[in-house]
Amino acid sequence: MSDMSMDSAAPRRSSKSLHEVDARTRRRNAAETRFKACGIGAIAIGLFFLVVLVVAIFRSGLPAFTQTVLDVEFALTQEQYEDAESQLFKTKAYSQAFNGALKTQLDESGVTLPFDEASIERIAGKVGGTIREYFRANEDQLGQPTSFQLAASSRVDGYMTGRVTRDGFQDSRFLTLADLDLVDALEDAGIIRTQFNWNFITGADSGVDNPGGAGIGASVVGSFFMMLVVLFLSLPIGVAASIYLEEFAPRNRFTDLIEVNISNLAAVPSIVFGILGLAVFIQFMHLPQSAPVVGGLVLTLMTLPTIIISTRASLNAVPPSIRDAALGLGASRMQSVFHHVLPLAMPGILTGTIIGLAQALGETAPLLLIGMVGFVARGYPDSFIDGFVEPNSAMPAQIYTWAARADAAFYDKAWGGIIILLMFLLTMNIIAIILRRRFERRW
Amino acid sequence: MPLLWLILIVLAIAAAGYVLGRSRALASAGGDIRQLHSLPSYYGSNAALKAVVPALLLLVLWLIAQPLYINSVISGTLPDELISEGSSRGLLMAEVSRTAQGLDLAVSQGVIDEGVASDPAADFNAMTDRLKQAGAIVTSQITQPVLNAAQRYRSMSHTGTAIMSIAVIIIAVLGAFYGIRQSSAQFRARNVVEQGVRVLLVAAASIAVLTTVGIVLSLVFNTIEFFRLYPASEFFFGLSWAPSFSGRGGSSELGVLPLLWGTIYISIVALIVAVPVGLFAAIYLSEYAGSKVRAVAKPLLEVLAGIPTIVYGLFALLTVGPLLVSIFGDGGVLGVSWQGGGRAVITAGLVMGIMLIPFVSSLSDDIINAVPQAMRDGSYGLGATKSETIKQVVLPAALPGIVGAILLAASRAIGETMIVVLGAGAAARLSLNPFEAMTTVTAKIVSQLTGDSDFASPEALVAFALGMTLFVLTLGLNVFALYIVRKYREQYD
Repeated sequence: MSDMSMDSAAPRRSSKSLHEVDARTRRRNAAETRFKACGIGAIAIGLFFLVVLVVAIFRSGLPAFTQTVLDVEFALTQEQYEDAESQLFKTKAYSQAFNGALKTQLDESGVTLPFDEASIERIAGKVGGTIREYFRANEDQLGQPTSFQLAASSRVDGYMTGRVTRDGFQDSRFLTLADLDLVDALEDAGIIRTQFNWNFITGADSGVDNPGGAGIGASVVGSFFMMLVVLFLSLPIGVAASIYLEEFAPRNRFTDLIEVNISNLAAVPSIVFGILGLAVFIQFMHLPQSAPVVGGLVLTLMTLPTIIISTRASLNAVPPSIRDAALGLGASRMQSVFHHVLPLAMPGILTGTIIGLAQALGETAPLLLIGMVGFVARGYPDSFIDGFVEPNSAMPAQIYTWAARADAAFYDKAWGGIIILLMFLLTMNIIAIILRRRFERRW
Repeated sequence: MPLLWLILIVLAIAAAGYVLGRSRALASAGGDIRQLHSLPSYYGSNAALKAVVPALLLLVLWLIAQPLYINSVISGTLPDELISEGSSRGLLMAEVSRTAQGLDLAVSQGVIDEGVASDPAADFNAMTDRLKQAGAIVTSQITQPVLNAAQRYRSMSHTGTAIMSIAVIIIAVLGAFYGIRQSSAQFRARNVVEQGVRVLLVAAASIAVLTTVGIVLSLVFNTIEFFRLYPASEFFFGLSWAPSFSGRGGSSELGVLPLLWGTIYISIVALIVAVPVGLFAAIYLSEYAGSKVRAVAKPLLEVLAGIPTIVYGLFALLTVGPLLVSIFGDGGVLGVSWQGGGRAVITAGLVMGIMLIPFVSSLSDDIINAVPQAMRDGSYGLGATKSETIKQVVLPAALPGIVGAILLAASRAIGETMIVVLGAGAAARLSLNPFEAMTTVTAKIVSQLTGDSDFASPEALVAFALGMTLFVLTLGLNVFALYIVRKYREQYD
């Protein structure tokens, strides 16, 4: 290559040696190097963005999986209980008893820091109610030492995970600098610690003022029911449509119309499908708002083109000799397709379906329009059927709701939700890749 | 849920039909399978298909038609004077159906009994309290006519559902019976079943057409409704977007131009990021990279395309926005204070550009690979370097395809929602400054339809007009892109 270009570049009637590169060739070679560097640079930029994205997700999302708790060993005598129950401000009496217990526990571990009820309330929230509830439910525990695990407030949580730092910290009614000293002392004493936050994985959405209690579990269930609808509608419909178009459709205007429609639908913005769902399924057909079944229907229409395109590709990849052999043995065309072509194309079809489902799982915009926003995900459905019709959210819509809230503590939850969402997507894609590797036949 | 039971009953009838049809055919052939025209299972399938398909078709049609019919009947009985100022018949009907649902809920919870719920003389004040007690979402005060209409609504839909169940079951039984009657040795069951399956296949393929029709109809009807309430000329040429919040009164200014400008501006920024990076990546991957580099870099780049857009939205809002503010904002690295907040055109555009990189690169990669090797060899033979060959031979040959790819990417950028909802801001303005917050058509569709405004108000209906604009815009770009790709694709074959 380089020899060739040198030859052509060498000016005529030059007395110079061929081994000596002249200015023009040098310039051309430099341009070549520059061009190649641009290409490498472009790939590097793309990969750099990918790395930044992944790092951002994990760095910001991992705090959502831990929570800060206070471990307090605490005994309440029968007299204290009766005394507290007889008072007007019952929870306050419990709080006082709790503070006393905390103080002794701190003294035992050699920490001497003055603190009052207000600072405890800022750190652990209103503990009295929790304690009262527990002892009212388990009166036999009275007089015995019970260890309580109390969730710390979201700001203390932020301090433990590094979101809230001491420099530039300003005292507010939510947290003061003195409270941070107390938190440090409690941490040294082993009373405050961070642990894995199961509630984030299993819980439901909380109110706007309680980021610590927010969990993604309910919306995972919503997504699951939606994916069931998508799977059981889009797979049969998509496969049937592809079989017709690939194996039976005559070349006529109607077929052309269908083909043009499918390729156009694949490029219609997802939010337009949301408008369709709102107008047709909710306004026109009066299906329940915010129900996973409506979300599933909308996502089915959105996923169909993807599934049809990939199914047609895998049907097309089955060689005609298979069809000819079946027909030659006396099978009808329908039999040759359903008994021979379809089973052979199945791995490819399933791969395409899983990828289509993964796409649908991450879709947000249409769900917002049909009312599947995060704050409707308040709990698990009561039964299997209710799972389809009861208002629920879906993972991406839940993440959006958290991201749109004012309290920065919800941002951690949003990133954490993204980690869970991406884990689902990763699993689905890995299954698709394994299916393709294991079962796809090259003819 | 009776609907599920109904479907299960139909399926059970079909299963019975299958067994009976199959055994009747075998019996008519005297147990000798060779006497039959088709395999025995085809006789069973014939009966099952005849039971299931008409019954479920009737079920679906009935479910769609019943609410429409009841709505029109009830809405006809509501006197005109009930419709208060600033309200409409549609709003009143919504209230009626909400009340009817509330009654159902209250009865199912046992707060009121069936007799009270359907008593036309029931005290509407007490009823309102009861419904609220049951957790139903009803307006603050139900009036007597609305309550009576709701009761009629309820009784009509109950009767309708009962008639539907009976009709569906009768149709299923009749179908199964007909299929079983047909089963005899001479009956060409396979041909009939295959014909039926073929019709089902065509129906499945037609769903794509139906979807398009549904999209167009839902957009067109609501858009027409919107233009009845709001002049079309002000929508298309209005320079200001300022919807009033419902309930507060006042007129809204709903001009589409600021939104269109925001959409186009953000898309341009996105393309400025995505096209050079994507194109150079495609060139490198297809012309320079060895198979090993390609095998690693191409899938990794495509991971960017598989990430849900909500992730990019959050990335724009929480990572890129603050980062850009720390560079261009007040007290930033550059010492300029161009950018006020994290949400800006450049934030959304940059992140959207990242999302589009794999889109541009894989499409261009395919197109560059499709340029015949002979053209490259010819260029090399004339002494051109690799980069000269790419710039002067390969790219011109692939240009139509690349332009098509860029147009498709632009249509993706225009229709993208979550990134702009989270990253671009909510203020609609006509400005050239990329560091300012702007908003787009898609972002406004979300905000107008997820707010509190009622579906019948122009503030909500404008979303459909915006959706129509978006649909036409993206469809036009796609068709244009496909036209370009198709027209020039076979040039070298």
